[in-house]
Amino acid sequence: MTALKDVRYRAGEAHRFEAAGQGFAYLPGAGAIFALDGAVEGVLAAIGKDGATHGGLVDALVADGTTPADAEGLLRELRQVRLIEHGDAVAFAAPEMPPADFPLQALVLNITNQCNLACTYCYEFGADKIATPAGKPKYMTIETARASIDLLIAEARGRPAVHVTFFGGETLMNFRLLKDVVEYADAATAAAGKAITYSLTTNATLLTPAIIDFLSDHRIGVTVSMDGPPEIQDKHRVYKNGKGSYAVIEPRLRALIAGHKTRAVTARVTLTEGVTDVIAIYRHLKDELGFHEVGFAPVTESGNRTYALGEGGMDTVLAQFRALADEWLAEALQGRSHGFTNVSETIGELISGVNKSHPCGAALGLMGVGPSGDLSPCHRFTDADSHSMGHVSTGIDRAAQTDFLSRGHVAAKYDCQSCWARPLCAGGCHHEAFVRYGDTGHANLHYCDWIREWTDVCLEIYGTLAARNPDFLVRFADRKGLS
Amino acid sequence: MKHLKPLNQKAERIAAAPVPEIEEADDVVALQDPRPHVPMGCSLSFSPGWEVDAGGGTAGLCQPVERDIYDCYVTCFWPVQMPDHVNYSPDWASNCAAATKDWRSLDLVFP
Repeated sequence: MTALKDVRYRAGEAHRFEAAGQGFAYLPGAGAIFALDGAVEGVLAAIGKDGATHGGLVDALVADGTTPADAEGLLRELRQVRLIEHGDAVAFAAPEMPPADFPLQALVLNITNQCNLACTYCYEFGADKIATPAGKPKYMTIETARASIDLLIAEARGRPAVHVTFFGGETLMNFRLLKDVVEYADAATAAAGKAITYSLTTNATLLTPAIIDFLSDHRIGVTVSMDGPPEIQDKHRVYKNGKGSYAVIEPRLRALIAGHKTRAVTARVTLTEGVTDVIAIYRHLKDELGFHEVGFAPVTESGNRTYALGEGGMDTVLAQFRALADEWLAEALQGRSHGFTNVSETIGELISGVNKSHPCGAALGLMGVGPSGDLSPCHRFTDADSHSMGHVSTGIDRAAQTDFLSRGHVAAKYDCQSCWARPLCAGGCHHEAFVRYGDTGHANLHYCDWIREWTDVCLEIYGTLAARNPDFLVRFADRKGLS
Repeated sequence: MKHLKPLNQKAERIAAAPVPEIEEADDVVALQDPRPHVPMGCSLSFSPGWEVDAGGGTAGLCQPVERDIYDCYVTCFWPVQMPDHVNYSPDWASNCAAATKDWRSLDLVFP
């Protein structure tokens, strides 16, 4: 008979980190974060790589002055959270597949695939585009838009609120439709007993005072795609004749930020070769123009485009992300919020302890609609015949959806199984994977080191706040609706 | 929890979940239910092989079913799905002097 004292423990899967002079563990099997005391650190050190027996650990603890009862209690705690495992314990199962009838929450309406700019890196029009718009409508009609809203309401079974994002092309090139859709959707959702919120992405070139008033009056969140100060913005974000767009958008942005009173106005920056001065870009957008939040993402490309960031570029970006993250933490320790979206988003996910089955909501709670009414997993697959997922008039193509979600499940990505960052990353963007590897279900291997380092930075921030200003995390969760 | 402090919502849920115990009483014991073991009567077939009791189950055997695996090894003429006493695993039962008592020391065979 195997007595308890002979049970042999080994270390469970954990990512250990330190912050504010304290030890922490992030448990990838669950997405949980625990602060560890000295006794825990001691036991984990004793177990090391070779393992240790229950009896041996208890004896050592008792020899150090712990009572036998406390020693047993300590080991029980460690077993409970699986920082230590024994015998036949199996690894945590991968997150379950969401149910097949997972209710829709948001639609991204691509109300036009036309754009008045010709940004060189654009995933919709650039060298790596996957869209096949030939022969399809360029502008969404009101009939298609209404059918989209009807589908959203019908497929949002049981949800109290839905969301519509207007997207393009350049969204404001079809502003007349946008107005009509808001009017229709407000009435339709009210009739269905649901709330609705809106957001819109724009390049800001077509903003007018009347449009800004409409956006503010209807509480439409605005994200502006832009890259930074003039010399950076005008590098890639140009008109078809090559002229930069900064001079056109600057006065419009100032009017937007001053006039939009009901929702945060956010900038979304695309990082490319030579556009890696994250701090200067942030300072300009946040401090000089007055955006509430600024988020950054590297350009999506197939691997060898001239505008690609490359290894060195990503290292520069990470170093600057760290510097901005330090600012974020310094503000948070003072109880103030900071507009660096990339930290805020990750902290929000760490608060709830997400453990994702899929990297994002694409084809789950969110789908894209092209100008023709074709459904796609998200706006990045709009108008791509290769990824059509039904039509607003005929409904969601369940077979295509199931195929997409099966490929994209984190358990289907071999490389992710031993990675501690998988609860947050789950393999990375489906679209990025398709452009880079030709398969939406391929892990974004070119970002693995980067994601782990970035997650580690955010965990350190989380640990520091938990130790020094835990109230901030509570209020942050409240503000983000996570409580 | 005394030594671990849950810091996010998922950690709170783990801390609130019941603790899986490993106590000696939880260990596997041959024919442990009902205890003490009272045989129901003779088995319908005899070793080697997996016997059933008069009720068609294994609870009422006069010997633990676990003993059968040893019997297969020692006496069966066709060593399939069992350690082979004659050719490949002659020492498999060397730590098992009395199968009813020492069957725990019969381990898997890794070819």
